[in-house]
Amino acid sequence: MNPFAFSQARDIDAALPLLAADNARPVAGGTNLLDLMKEGVMTPSQLVDINPLEHAGLDVIEEHEGGLRLGALARNAATAYHDTVRSRYPLLSAAILAGASPQLRNMATNGGNLLQRTRCVYFYDVGTPCNKREPGTGCPAKNGINRQLGILGTSEQCIATHPSDMCVALRALDATVHVKSSRGERAIPFAEFHRLPGDTPQIDTNLQPGELITHITLPDAGRFIEHSAYIKVRDRLSYAFALVSVAAALDLDGGTIRAARIALGGVAHKPWRVEEAEAALVGKTAGEAAFEQAAERILQGARGYGQNDFKLTLARNAIVQALTTAMRGTEFAKRGTE
Amino acid sequence: MNLYQQYPIRLRINDQDRDFDVESWVTLLDLLRERAGLTGTKKGCDHGQCGACTVLVDGKRVNSCLTLAVMQNGHEVTTIEGMAKGDELHPLQQAFIEQDAFQCGYCTPGQICSAAGLIAEGQAKTVDDVRELMSGNLCRCGAYPQIRQAVCKVIGIKEDKPGAASGADGFTTGPVLA
Repeated sequence: MNPFAFSQARDIDAALPLLAADNARPVAGGTNLLDLMKEGVMTPSQLVDINPLEHAGLDVIEEHEGGLRLGALARNAATAYHDTVRSRYPLLSAAILAGASPQLRNMATNGGNLLQRTRCVYFYDVGTPCNKREPGTGCPAKNGINRQLGILGTSEQCIATHPSDMCVALRALDATVHVKSSRGERAIPFAEFHRLPGDTPQIDTNLQPGELITHITLPDAGRFIEHSAYIKVRDRLSYAFALVSVAAALDLDGGTIRAARIALGGVAHKPWRVEEAEAALVGKTAGEAAFEQAAERILQGARGYGQNDFKLTLARNAIVQALTTAMRGTEFAKRGTE
Repeated sequence: MNLYQQYPIRLRINDQDRDFDVESWVTLLDLLRERAGLTGTKKGCDHGQCGACTVLVDGKRVNSCLTLAVMQNGHEVTTIEGMAKGDELHPLQQAFIEQDAFQCGYCTPGQICSAAGLIAEGQAKTVDDVRELMSGNLCRCGAYPQIRQAVCKVIGIKEDKPGAASGADGFTTGPVLA
């Protein structure tokens, strides 16, 4: 790790000026940042430990205006196992528990989960070019090791994927990210939080310099409680990043779809959601025919880069399977078997 | 800004207060092994992928390689050296011996600390839960069946119904396609 100055923030107003400094980074769980620093991928000159802000209420999980409020410093494990999250947002709970390991979930925070960086091998290997790490150096992934990488929303500069499971559920459930800086507070709809790589793959999110995530809010999702499923397909049974994951939620009136939510992980630089495909499901009979049509629409424009060509078929099948599983019910999804 | 500054910290390690002066970049793992003389905690990958460095901080299992010692100032750390009470082994240590749950032993301190954390969390109700919730600890000798048996034995989960009533709450994330 590079040498760096270390400080601890006792309250948020003390933290914000520290974070406004050039090349200063907040550290909370540290599970991704410290790993990237060990690899020399990130080299901040100053770390501001924001864990003490737990005492300022930044770790609170509570019902809020009919929905849910998740503190940025609440740990992933505390969030997934929280009674309200389990009972009212089973999709979110399942997505979090599909990610990382119990140790990492005990450490990693909700805010940090949003800010974790791609696991593209070229991004991690400072001995190789990477437009995300060093803009303008090129992207060896396009013609290289890309089994894990993107098939949607990619650019000439970057085909990286966002690695989070939690974010896929947050996108499906229309979350909002609340941030604060010395300039004030603002709310960012989840759809606009992460960016596509375009010509600036080095910028993962629309968080501005000096801004700190304080909390995440979710609107009521009661209509989806009975029919939610998070399907994660990966190279081993547990503790691996998604090749493709799908967060699916249905609101059903008998066999008819009243509303649908579908978001994908492991396929793009941000959780992928096509709201037109969801709208087209409304009024349709829940079943394979409708689900296949939805998959078709969601994957429009998808392309492989060689090693990840299989993801086109895998994503299609995973969407159908996730929707079918959601249709059969959240309890069925949890059991994973009949 | 002095990048090479030493930070005075106090940690309560295995029920003893210990004072250190550390540089900012020293991980909890390196502090335990190289400054506290507690080499029971192992460095495997040093990237949070293998779980060999698992210790308990304030009773919760964490990867000690992915947190800084300065961030743990004032916290309570339990390592494998703190599991036994005098000559009396921790039930997990006893169970690992009885079930033959290790070969080379390198992952064992992390496995045992992780299992202690798992038990404290209280989420594992079935054999499948134990398997899933021990997934942060790799064993390259492949002693997984015995490790699972040892942990299940201590929790009191019967091993004769593998897969029965799986996924008490969301651990099973759906059928695996690949």
